[in-house]
Amino acid sequence: MENKLLLLGDQAIALGALHAGIAGVYAYPGTPSTEITEYIQNSYIGCDNGVHSKWCTNEKTAMEAALGMSYVGRRALVCMKHVGMNVAADAFINSAMTGTHGGLVVVAADDPSMHSSQNEQDSRFYGKFAFVPIFEPATQQEAYDMVRAAFELSEDVRLPVLLRITTRMAHSRAVVESSPMSALPNGLSFPEDRARWVLLPVNARRRYGEVLAQQDELEQRAAVSAFNSLTTVAGSRKGVIACGIGHNYLMEALGGVPDRNVLKISQYPLPRTLIRRMVESCDEVLILEDGQPFVEEQLRGLLDEGGKIRGRLTGEVPRTGELTPDNVRAALGLVSATHFDPSPQVVARPPALCQGCGHRDVYEVLNEVLAEYPDSKVFSDIGCYTLGALPPLRAIDSCVDMGASITMAKGAADAGLHPSVAVIGDSTFTHSGITGLLDAVNSGARVTIVISDNLTTAMTGGQDSAGTGRLEAICLGVGVSPEHVRTVVPLPKNREEIRRVIGEEIEYDGVSVIIPRRECIQTLKRRK
Amino acid sequence: MKKDIILSGVGGQGILSIAAVIGEAALAAGLHIKQAEVHGMSQRGGDVHSNLRISPEPIHSDLIARGGADLIISLEPMEALRYLPWLSREGWIVTSSAPTVNIPNYPDHEALLSELGGLERVILFDADAVAREADVARAANIVLLGAASVVLGLDMKGLQSAVGRVFGRKGDAVVEMNLRALETGYKTGLIRAKI
Repeated sequence: MENKLLLLGDQAIALGALHAGIAGVYAYPGTPSTEITEYIQNSYIGCDNGVHSKWCTNEKTAMEAALGMSYVGRRALVCMKHVGMNVAADAFINSAMTGTHGGLVVVAADDPSMHSSQNEQDSRFYGKFAFVPIFEPATQQEAYDMVRAAFELSEDVRLPVLLRITTRMAHSRAVVESSPMSALPNGLSFPEDRARWVLLPVNARRRYGEVLAQQDELEQRAAVSAFNSLTTVAGSRKGVIACGIGHNYLMEALGGVPDRNVLKISQYPLPRTLIRRMVESCDEVLILEDGQPFVEEQLRGLLDEGGKIRGRLTGEVPRTGELTPDNVRAALGLVSATHFDPSPQVVARPPALCQGCGHRDVYEVLNEVLAEYPDSKVFSDIGCYTLGALPPLRAIDSCVDMGASITMAKGAADAGLHPSVAVIGDSTFTHSGITGLLDAVNSGARVTIVISDNLTTAMTGGQDSAGTGRLEAICLGVGVSPEHVRTVVPLPKNREEIRRVIGEEIEYDGVSVIIPRRECIQTLKRRK
Repeated sequence: MKKDIILSGVGGQGILSIAAVIGEAALAAGLHIKQAEVHGMSQRGGDVHSNLRISPEPIHSDLIARGGADLIISLEPMEALRYLPWLSREGWIVTSSAPTVNIPNYPDHEALLSELGGLERVILFDADAVAREADVARAANIVLLGAASVVLGLDMKGLQSAVGRVFGRKGDAVVEMNLRALETGYKTGLIRAKI
């Protein structure tokens, strides 16, 4: 009993990494990945072993620091949400080109159905793009076991391994049985082949050939992996390929006993031998994958006209959104239980900025000031303050990616818009806003940038923010003129002052930064 | 004894504490558990729910299918109705009648209660008011759990020990308050369930 714990998928991954002897976890908070790093930060074993777990400024710095840790022979874990993979992509793709030394595992937490995200991108495409092995657990137990296997695989093949999960794995609890640490953590050591770490074209060309030559071996390993399994049912000409948690919904629908051929895929690259056996013995093969039709597209190819491969592209499974027990049952052609109709009285209850939140004061005053300028636009960013888009505030005109507020405001100002306003949070500013601010300063753009500083990374639950206490210094260092870096306290009693400051800075023909600063009321409540 | 439970409410009401107590009791009883939660954006005052599945047999899906829930436990009446399509025809709803009105188009309260009251298997009462009367105002969620325990199928002793373990870190006074809340809710549930 003592080794059995009720854990979120995220926590199972964290515990698996600790038991694999990691020396560090590198991450920027992002739903649904945040709890991995938080578990390590709060764990005895992490503290006792001196596991580095401080939050990073963004996913790219996280990925690069982890690669540095791998370079000196120690094991490192990197965690991010799926859109974080876009930020880390340069480092991630090239970490396969350099290869690794100490084990390196990258966790990408995808969010199909967009519970807390701006798109549904499927990180498995990144894994394939980078030519690295991908693991995709079906159960929390498998998540725990897989992290340990992933570190071993990474050290065997000297490549980073991508561990891909989705929201329902990240944020669902189940009992996980853990086992003690297998060996002492790696000590410091250096890679023997120095040239592969210097990606000059001459070295990169050689490495590219080596990585491509490894692909058959990676596929062989997937073909014999204990995480992949082919179950054949005599006499059945129907088949299902179920990836990751798709396998859970399949087993639920079939009552745990397959009545057709089932290929469970939890390790990639796709093992052709297993897939060929499945497809050749079936008249029809349904693909169940949580996310985009990654496997389905590969199996169908562009010109597949046989119609044997079914899934999201053929309409059996909805083209968008996560898998559910209901849409999987329907895809299998099974009858669903009858159920009550939805209540006609129920209305949507969207999330909203908290009562007493400083962002509210900022938006209310900004709306008042901008009412005088019918052509004004407010470019915003990723965070709690994105909720300012909803009624009654309706205060922002855009939300695209981390940092895009400042750069879009600059581009619009370059095109002649005035007032061109950016609203960005403190953590998002340090994540990806500083470089955009430098662009704006260098071209003397006429933009008003509001850095709404609540001293934390609020949306993901109040993690440390990288620039706390130094935002003015950062802006000045980037080159914003001192008289146009203005700090206010967003409280109702200060509205008149804030109105005046915003009004003055909008009229300034250059880059100005207004920093409304007041602690997030959620972190304030927790401290009390 | 398999139970598929949907817990619902509004962000910040404490549905995850209810889930933690049931999960703890189920774990101690040697049952299998899966519990899917909602974290992130919707916790900011939006609707929140959790799928909690307990069973003596291994559980495959983290989510409950439509028409599959044995029980909806809700801290808010409209949020209870939101998951009606997931409730089994023989399933129970245990919900607080106290509304959280944080949207301009919240439906008529009496009409909501009348729709809930029209269902065959429902335990409907103002958990906040009952908690206040019993001097456990901060444990309205555990009062509701107490009422749900009438139809939950886990024994009271197990739930009591689970309350002790879940709230133990917060000190004896908090444990004691939650135990009283559980007892108060149980008595209320017995009366309201008419079984």
